[in-house]
Amino acid sequence: MNTDTVTNSQESVEYNYDVVKLFVIATCFWGIIGMAVGVFIALQMAFPAFNLEPYLTFGRLRPLHTSAVVFAFGGNALFATSYFVVQRTCRARLWNDKLVSFTFWGYQAFIVIAALGYVLGVTQAKEYAEPEWYADIWLTIVWVSYLLVYMMTIVKRKEPHLYVANWFFLSFIITVAVLHLGNNIQIPVDWRFAKSYSAFSGVQSAMIQWWYGHNAVGFFLTSGFLGMVYYFIPKRAERPVYSYRLSIIHFWSLIFIYIWAGPHHLHYTALPDWAQTLGMTFSIILWMPSWGGMINGMMTLSGAWHKLQKDPVLRFMIVALAFYGMSTFEGPLMSIRSVNALSHYTDWTIGHVHSAALGWVGFITFGALYYLIPVLWKRKEVYSLKLVNVHLWIATIGIVLYITAMWVSGIMQGLMWRAYDDLGFLSYSFVETVVAMHPFYVIRVIGGLCFLAGAIIMVYNFYRTIKGDVRAGEVDKDGNPREAQTTITQTRIAG
Amino acid sequence: MTEQDNKHKIEVDKLSGVETTGHEWDGLKELNHPLPRWWLWILYVSIIWSIGYWIVYPSWPIPGGATKGTSGETQFTALKRSQNEIFLRQQVYLNKFEGASFEAIMNDPELYAFAMAGGRAMFKDNCATCHGTGASGGKGYPNLNDDDWLWGGSLEEIHATLLHGIRSGDEDAHVSQMPAFGKEKLLTSIEVNTLTDYVLAMSSRDQEKPAMDTLAGHKLFQTNCASCHASNGQGDREFGAPNLTDGIWLYGGERGDVYETIYNSRAGVMPAWKDRLDENTLRQLAVYVHQLGGGEETREKPILIAVPQENDEKDTTPVDGEEERKPQGTDNE
Repeated sequence: MNTDTVTNSQESVEYNYDVVKLFVIATCFWGIIGMAVGVFIALQMAFPAFNLEPYLTFGRLRPLHTSAVVFAFGGNALFATSYFVVQRTCRARLWNDKLVSFTFWGYQAFIVIAALGYVLGVTQAKEYAEPEWYADIWLTIVWVSYLLVYMMTIVKRKEPHLYVANWFFLSFIITVAVLHLGNNIQIPVDWRFAKSYSAFSGVQSAMIQWWYGHNAVGFFLTSGFLGMVYYFIPKRAERPVYSYRLSIIHFWSLIFIYIWAGPHHLHYTALPDWAQTLGMTFSIILWMPSWGGMINGMMTLSGAWHKLQKDPVLRFMIVALAFYGMSTFEGPLMSIRSVNALSHYTDWTIGHVHSAALGWVGFITFGALYYLIPVLWKRKEVYSLKLVNVHLWIATIGIVLYITAMWVSGIMQGLMWRAYDDLGFLSYSFVETVVAMHPFYVIRVIGGLCFLAGAIIMVYNFYRTIKGDVRAGEVDKDGNPREAQTTITQTRIAG
Repeated sequence: MTEQDNKHKIEVDKLSGVETTGHEWDGLKELNHPLPRWWLWILYVSIIWSIGYWIVYPSWPIPGGATKGTSGETQFTALKRSQNEIFLRQQVYLNKFEGASFEAIMNDPELYAFAMAGGRAMFKDNCATCHGTGASGGKGYPNLNDDDWLWGGSLEEIHATLLHGIRSGDEDAHVSQMPAFGKEKLLTSIEVNTLTDYVLAMSSRDQEKPAMDTLAGHKLFQTNCASCHASNGQGDREFGAPNLTDGIWLYGGERGDVYETIYNSRAGVMPAWKDRLDENTLRQLAVYVHQLGGGEETREKPILIAVPQENDEKDTTPVDGEEERKPQGTDNE
């Protein structure tokens, strides 16, 4: 291959940005819905009168919220960024426009089908995998199409090597396919009915479920979003990635070790001791491979730390890595059996999940979107970097309120459950723990509202950006005054 | 691309002095920093620690099971240990408590304190669901703080109610059935209305209210209700028939509530606890409920079921296959 075309190509590739734009809009749309439902169920926890029977009770809306933020918000963000990144770093248009378009509409259809199931009470009662067999089959078709598009785009790439972000995206797509198929081996009661039964039962079913569940966290919410880190952080910081070696080592160790960690969700259950031990020890070993991504992302800024002062978009991405580092330390800690004996089934778990979901997944997505939208709609920058900063702070305050409330509440709850008095009697009843947690549930609502408010500000900022506006008195990320937004009249997008 | 081509593209980053890999994608390059030492060391330490853990605890599946680990620790030994700790705390008291009569418990400050602590803990876990954490009850669930008892308020009577329950299906349960006078057409709705006024008048504190026997419902009450509630309306514990004159209402004292009670009848259910909680716990609960405010003195001859005395054979010991005694509060699931 001619070296010239690799770095400074004159031949133009017309990228498929239309589908990326659709996915970006879907990300914003489902993000607001998912977060709003989260605030609503937080309200239900604090004030049970908000349970509106039969469709809008906590039992139905809680998994709806989880799936909406993970699969609808997070999933669309992954589609958008992976489709963008694979094109740019392979210098190839997405393979097969029709199939690409099918992955968008097919995935949105899956979200709607799944959401209806939650509200109507159709569920196979597996965490993150509640949708019944008909939705599972549909998702399989969509996901295989996604894999095909992604693989074929890589196959027809014009770059000789495969950029690291693509490894992460590809591992996410492939593993999620395997997990989805493995955990959804179901036998429908009848083809005409929604109900099905798992091929596994008892502890086997639980183990398969948490093999799936934990790796949904590992490959959907970690690996995929690390793909974003590897593209958007060096792009925005305009610095080379810190270490190629580290990226190789932490990629392979991450994907090899993550797959073992599931049993830590089943400590002190019918799961045999040996499986618990393996799950726990692999979770501990996983600590450094997880941190490899954080180090590589953060150290990419070495020599460019001053950019954080002026660029709130970059700040979003770095704060995301900080939350990622914190959560991936907290996770191994909580997987230790004796720690888990205190933390399991308490709000501490909820706090842990949200420091990762809001702080890591949320923030890296926001950072990527703030980068992506001006590029996709050919604007120099978003409507207002000041509003990006407002979003950053209000969302950070929201997360801090949320996770500290859940830490205090969860640890208190765990300690109250296990408290015995001198005579050997339980000191507290369950309902007393609920009463004690109430103030923290209210704080959580406030934290959630802050985070939601930030997301709404972001969507407004995007709306004005797409319209082509620039907020008066704005400076750009280098601190220079900005003029009114002008469309970049460049026909060659590749440059 | 050949190795040679790559080498040409390798640059040295000015800021860090580290070489790039020579590849470039969409303007992105990669430096080739070595792995951070501390990162690598922590990774090694976590692996070594895990190997140590695998040696000590059950860990790897092998044909016919899994490695046992040198410590012999499992989640079952851990459970046993923590249960034992609780058991040891209780053991001192349980030795004396086991088989002690209510009289002995009430006269021994230590046993009484033990009974109260156990009763309080078990009440919150088992009884508070209906009777409330403060035992103040609610509609359909009696307030246990007052001295108004349906089936008796002595220690022995409370204990018997706990053992067998009310309309629970247990053969020794308290059972009684008030007729649904309206629904079963024993009385017309006009008569039910008249009776409602009469019953409400019974508990009226109005100084100028007319004598009861001058009221319209008097005859109806005497014919239909007095057999259980007594002719003066003060109730009869033999039938669990409430006192209608004290202004305490289990199902509400509004006119509509009382009408509905007479029309459709009421029949609350309390489960029998004898197979769910052990005898020690039940006696602790009896002492706890008794002292909540309305406990009554033991009568000469308890009306209801005889309570096992100190010298009785242990015929009320809960049926439990295991010889070993479990700590309290762990066997109700």
